[in-house]
Parts: sequence; C-alpha cells; structure tokens
Amino acid sequence: MKFNGFRHLREGAKGLVRNGWMTFASVSAVTVTLLLVGIFAMVMFNVNKISDNVEKDVEIQVFVERESDQAKIDAVGKNLEQMPGVKSVRYSSKEDELDRFKEQLGEGSQAYQSVEKDNPLHDRYIVKATSPNETETIATTVKKMENIDSVEYGEDYVEKMFNFLEGVRIGGIILIVGLTFMAMFLISNTIKVTIFSRRREIEIMRLVGAKNGFIRAPFFIEGLLMGILGALIPIAVVYFGYEVTYNALQPQLVSLNASIFTLIPPGELSVQVSVILLALGAFIGVWGSTTSLGRFLKI
Amino acid sequence: MIKMQQVSKIYPNGVTALREVNLTINQGEFVYIVGPSGAGKSTFMKMMYREERPTSGSFLFKGIEVGKLKNRQIPELRRQIGVIFQDFKLLPSLTVYENVAFALEVVGEDQSQIRKKVLEVLDLVKLKHKERNYPDELSGGEQQRISIARAIVNRPSLVIADEPTGNLDPDTAWEIMEVFEEIYRRGTTVVMATHNRDIVNKMRHRVLAIDGGKIVRDEEKGMYGYEV
Repeated sequence: MKFNGFRHLREGAKGLVRNGWMTFASVSAVTVTLLLVGIFAMVMFNVNKISDNVEKDVEIQVFVERESDQAKIDAVGKNLEQMPGVKSVRYSSKEDELDRFKEQLGEGSQAYQSVEKDNPLHDRYIVKATSPNETETIATTVKKMENIDSVEYGEDYVEKMFNFLEGVRIGGIILIVGLTFMAMFLISNTIKVTIFSRRREIEIMRLVGAKNGFIRAPFFIEGLLMGILGALIPIAVVYFGYEVTYNALQPQLVSLNASIFTLIPPGELSVQVSVILLALGAFIGVWGSTTSLGRFLKI
Repeated sequence: MIKMQQVSKIYPNGVTALREVNLTINQGEFVYIVGPSGAGKSTFMKMMYREERPTSGSFLFKGIEVGKLKNRQIPELRRQIGVIFQDFKLLPSLTVYENVAFALEVVGEDQSQIRKKVLEVLDLVKLKHKERNYPDELSGGEQQRISIARAIVNRPSLVIADEPTGNLDPDTAWEIMEVFEEIYRRGTTVVMATHNRDIVNKMRHRVLAIDGGKIVRDEEKGMYGYEV
C-alpha cells in the first residue's frame, strides 16, 4: 500500500476552497472560540498565580489586650517568635497604630481629637507563617494564649476573592464549552456540504473498492485544517498580545510596590497556551468532521 | 462463481424483492437478467456487489458468504467486481483518462501501473484518442464506453451491468454490446440486466427472467420473452 497522505491533503484542501464561505464561517467560529479560550487561559493562569501569592502572603494579625503592660506585651512577642511554623514577627505599638490611623484619616480631622486622650487601639504583632498551610494552625494556637484580645488573618478576604474567581472560572468555562459546540456544529455542517457535493465521487470510490479509511481521510483532513486555521489568529493574539500587555502592565504593578501582584513573564506560558489552542482547534475540527462522516457517509 | 440458495430479500418497509431464489452462475458465463420494472432485478444486481444483504438464504461469491462480510471486507470484494450503470456515473470535472485512472488511484495502485492499465483499457473500448477530453464533450455511447473501461480497468472477474444500453439509441447500443462481447470473450463473467429485447434475441446468451421476486425462467441461449 502506498502512502496517500499528499492526495488526502490535496483533496482536503480542495474541500476548504470549494466551500469558501462555509469554511470561512467555520474557521471564524473556531477563531472566536479559541480567542476566548486563549485570553481566558492567560487571565486564569495569572489570577491563579496572584491568588497563590496572596495565599502565601497572608499575615496573622495578633491584637494584644489593651490592659496589658509592656512586660506582658513583650512576653507575647517572645512566645510568638518561639512558635513552630512562624517565619517572622513584627511589632507595632498602639502609638504606631494611632499614627497610621491618623495618617489614613487625615490631619485636622475631628475624630481623632478624642481618640488621642485615650488610645482605643491595641498593640499589634504581625506574624508571618513559613508556609500558607500553617496560617490557620498558628492563628488558633495564638487565640488560646494569654493576654490576647483577638487574632485575625485574611480568611474573609481570601475566601471572597476565591469565590469571585470561582464564579469567573465557571462562567468562562460555560461560555467556552458553548462556543466549542457551535464551532463543532459549523464544521460538521461544512463537512456535510462537502460530502454532499462529492457524493458521486464517494459512490464511485465505494463501487470500485476504495477502503473506508481512504474515503474518509480527505474529510477528516478538511476538518482538521479548519480547526488548525482557526487556531492561527488566537495563537498570534495570545503570543504577541500577552507580551504587549505584560510590558504595559508590569511596570505599573511594580510601581504599586505590591510584590504579590506580579504577572507571569511571557515566553513559556505563551508557548504552553499556544500549544493548548492548537490542540483544541485540531480537536474541534476532527470531532466536527467525524460526527458528519458517521452520519452522512454511511460507511 | 455465484451460488444462491433460498435467497430472499424483504425491505424494512415490508416490500419483498426476492423470494427464495436458487441460482448458480459459473465463471465465464454471460447472463441476461430480464423482467418488468420492479420485478427484483435491481435488488438482485445490488446483492451481487453487496449494496444489499439477503434477508435470508445463502449468497456465495467465489465461496464467500457475501451477506456475512464485515464492512471493512467489502472493498476487497468490490475490487473483484466491475459495475456499470445506465447513467454512466462519470465525474464531469475529470478527463476521460482521469475518470478511468480514478478507479485505480483510490485502491492504491502505483502510478506506473495506472498509466499502463488505463491506456490498455481505453484501447479496448476504442477511445484512446479521447483520453484528454471531458465526459461532456463525448456522445452517450462514448461515455458508456468510458464507464465500462473504468469498471474493467482493475481486471475484475465479474462485470455487472444494470441496463447499460437504456439511455442509448439502437446503433450505439450495439456498439456497447460489442464491448461486452469482447469482455466476455476474454473470460470475464458478465451479468446484465436489460430491457432491450432486440439485443437479447440477437446476441444469444443465458436468460434469467425475474418476476415478482422469483426466477420464472432460466434458459441457455434464451429469448427475451416466450412470445417471439
């Protein structure tokens, strides 16, 4: 048996050209789908990284009871430093806290006049854990210690963020799945038209004893080509678009001085997402054409 | 070559096309299948190239139970059978040469072999000089000769023709019959369904008359009907 790859490729490409507008519609559908997938993937990868950073960066705020004298306060600090899983402990006296509070409120505000006489704030220790998993354990242990008013860590904040991200993710996935099906439907329709326009050829091929795989191959390739063509623009957008976005956003994020909000550098990520897009495009194309082949070729 | 035992064909809509047909066709025979429209001729023909399966009974082609072939085994069967239709079924976008070569290309024949075999068979149907023409540029008789060339280019041992002269004027029909005679003389089995009384009566061969899904007459060197 000789190699027929080139023949199938030629016949598949012929089908693309012959169905001009339908090919265009199918390829466009794949393009739109993959464009969304690509952008979504880029955003998601970065958001995951940032939320990872946030998770790692969670600090435990330990508020000391207001009645405690300096000796007790220092004792708390010592205890904290000796706890397992603690990476660093920073102290902020109630005076420091008040200064910060004033700064936030603005000088000359009526509110802090009364506050100055009797500082309502607590001395505070800011504890960092060696790993994010330790955060909760440390927080519960500290709560049981003496002279502690309250312990806070970013659970609410982190949870809210995760809930929001989860919503975005689910919404995005639903949208993408819907678009994927639409793209597959359009491709399968285009293949149907090709099969119809070549029914005579197919009939003769069957009569003279061409193998089923041989008859199917060009349609299979036509679908594959549509999927791959549809992936080209999204890949370009992801590849160059991300680089542009990164170069535009990263300096600003750096100037924010918030080390947790850093983007993933382009390069490896772009390559990975491009490969995913190409594979997904090919999959959409092949699946779309295969459904039509099964239904309309009857072989 | 073909051995049918108690073959029946009932379509899903309840129509009975063939009723318990028993029949043997030997290698190298020329058989006419005659009978009114709707008598079961087409079903009979289609069963031979496994377009239809028998509902019951045994249909052997070269000792192989055709009805039990798996889908992927059908191509192998069809490479041993050439089929010719009333409406030629040529591809209008291909030249005469390409139409005939198509049958070899799609079964994976080598290019060098294709060239040789196609020219040989075009010579047989006397259309070598038209190899670059398109089907539309040919007469009906010429088109049918091309479709015969395509059917026999793979050297099948059985040629099935479903009313090959149905669309042709009497003179042209005779030219086509000459081609079939030539194929038959070279040892190929020919099974031809026809309504052409003149041809059956003058070019004498075995006649199978089908009516109501049954073989009502089987005669060596028979006539089209009893009345003549």
